[in-house]
Amino acid sequence: MAKFEESTAAVDPTAFDGPDASGHFGPYGGIFVGETLIAAVEELAEVYARLSADKNFWAEYDSELKHYVGRPSPLYFAERLTDSAGGAKIYLKREDLNHTGAHKVNNTIGQALLAKHMGKTRIIAETGAGQHGVASATVAAKLGLECHVYMGAEDIVRQAPNVYRMKLLGANVIAVESGSRTLKDAMNEALRDWATNVDNTYYIIGTVAGPHPYPKMVRDFQCVIGREAREQSFEQIGKLPDALVACVGGGSNAIGLFHPFLKDQSVAMYGVEAGGHGLATGKHAAPLSSGCSPGVLHGNRTYLMSDEAGQILETHSISAGLDYPGVGPEHSWLKDMKRVNYVDATDDEALRAFHQLTRLEGIIPALESSHAVAYAMKLAATLPRDKNIIINLSGRGDKDIETVAKIEGIEL
Amino acid sequence: MSRIEQIAEKAAAANRKLLIPYLVAGDPNLETTEALMHKLVEQGADIIELGIPFSDPSADGPIIQRGVERSLIKGTTLHQVLKLVARFRESDADTGIVLMGYLNPIEAMGYKTFAEAASASGVDGVLTVDLPPMEAGELNAVMRAAEVDTIYLVAPTTREERVASITEHCSGYLYYVSLKGVTGAALTDFASVTANINMLRERTQLPIVIGFGIKDAQSAAAMGKLADGVIIGSALVEKIALLADQVDHDKQLLSDTVQVISEAREALDKLV
Repeated sequence: MAKFEESTAAVDPTAFDGPDASGHFGPYGGIFVGETLIAAVEELAEVYARLSADKNFWAEYDSELKHYVGRPSPLYFAERLTDSAGGAKIYLKREDLNHTGAHKVNNTIGQALLAKHMGKTRIIAETGAGQHGVASATVAAKLGLECHVYMGAEDIVRQAPNVYRMKLLGANVIAVESGSRTLKDAMNEALRDWATNVDNTYYIIGTVAGPHPYPKMVRDFQCVIGREAREQSFEQIGKLPDALVACVGGGSNAIGLFHPFLKDQSVAMYGVEAGGHGLATGKHAAPLSSGCSPGVLHGNRTYLMSDEAGQILETHSISAGLDYPGVGPEHSWLKDMKRVNYVDATDDEALRAFHQLTRLEGIIPALESSHAVAYAMKLAATLPRDKNIIINLSGRGDKDIETVAKIEGIEL
Repeated sequence: MSRIEQIAEKAAAANRKLLIPYLVAGDPNLETTEALMHKLVEQGADIIELGIPFSDPSADGPIIQRGVERSLIKGTTLHQVLKLVARFRESDADTGIVLMGYLNPIEAMGYKTFAEAASASGVDGVLTVDLPPMEAGELNAVMRAAEVDTIYLVAPTTREERVASITEHCSGYLYYVSLKGVTGAALTDFASVTANINMLRERTQLPIVIGFGIKDAQSAAAMGKLADGVIIGSALVEKIALLADQVDHDKQLLSDTVQVISEAREALDKLV
């Protein structure tokens, strides 16, 4: 376990102002896509730069978040969880209470508004756990846009309820049978669709990865989490929190919570990756905490799970939403800057935390978020009661109850 | 002058269109790829594009994806692909060899190691699908130093003001992508290809070849009319898929596999 003090080293605060004009966070990020898509990502970057400087755009976005998503989400003091961990106070940032049940909708609302401004009529998205697919299908229904969601065939089995939700919302769910049949392959297929239908299609990437401007844009849309949490922390705790904990797959919920606090040097940050069966087994999805090297996949340079020959490795996690071999490029940069500690929680630890939070607080967390809960409880135990930890409870666990039941040999 | 430049110059002088087949190295195994390469030359290939297999070929359609999967099952590595080229070079000093693939295997090997090994193996050019010119400075520099051409794509979506930044980095030939989509898709919009090739002609002296969607003699001739050459990939890989995974294919079987190339050669030669 990383020492609590480690993350508070002083760094030049301008280091966190990225990306630069060409989309780089230090050596990470950039634009690595085929020529057919270059014009599309450049157009997107131009439109986003224009709209993000426009107060009216953000007013429209804020209004949707308030009236449609139900923001702000509460910051909740988890008293019984705190007592159980036996140390620092644990607060939950309740992204699970958002419409559609996770933080993903913060991003899809923003990108769908962009799509509308760009005159695109067709939305595509990739999804792992199905949360981003549901959030995309939801905003497509709301705005009357055609929606196609690519999902790995394996994930379709793991996340059947979300598949049905997407269909109810009018989306076409396309099973991806290539490669490892999970999130990365869904993203490949979405990129192929985009290259083919680039004129009328808007690709809503669900995390802070992909070519520039996606990592910046998705971060900007998710930063509402951290901005609210920062304000709520002053209101409810009377000061900044001492530590933030969030799970990291692609890393959008984590960057959303962390980013508004990056220049607050007293706030320690922990990004919790999927440790799967344990880092030593190789069966995990933890490119940052397991000692991988940087590489290039899905449009950006970042830490990446690949073999010596540069082939992308198959990953393993109990949670489909973390089952991804890469990570958003800004996280790679924050790792190198030592601003965020990247750690892991195993499948078993996440499952235990899933039950603990459910029983102690009456809150069923998503298996993704359970990784953050697991690590935060360990961290809390090492700290005194006057310290405060905020966990990003990025999603609710309704979608996971079948998975959990199956693992525990229970038939529903 | 690079081997590709020599080939293009000689072809231009002889009024010959360049014929460039694409196949995945190691599909279904490296020995068969080597035999097919010689067969392709026999049937009139001027340059061969050899695909470096990558686990996540996000710009390729299903036919080439499956070819890549067949190769990766065998554990084909970039290192082995370079050795394959070296073996081919032992008996063929004339045919151009271009490696086409994605950046990550090259990053894993290291740019400098790759450039030097490629040059030593007899590779003439490299086309990295997911490496646009603005990210390519470092790799291009080492490729230039190793005297390996760096080939770039121009797509129907490429903005005119961007063409200069592509041609500036491009050497050997310029690869025009005939359609919006992935490899192996259907080619429909001949008018836009014509307009874009004319636009490119005004901006570069590089030979221009057309790829994506060329699947038979007819489409080869139609595109060959507009450009200095054509690339045929998926239509060939689709035939290679029918080869059983064995080393000793009889000559007739290999000839049948590359028939699309001999037919395209014939059609291209009739154009002039």
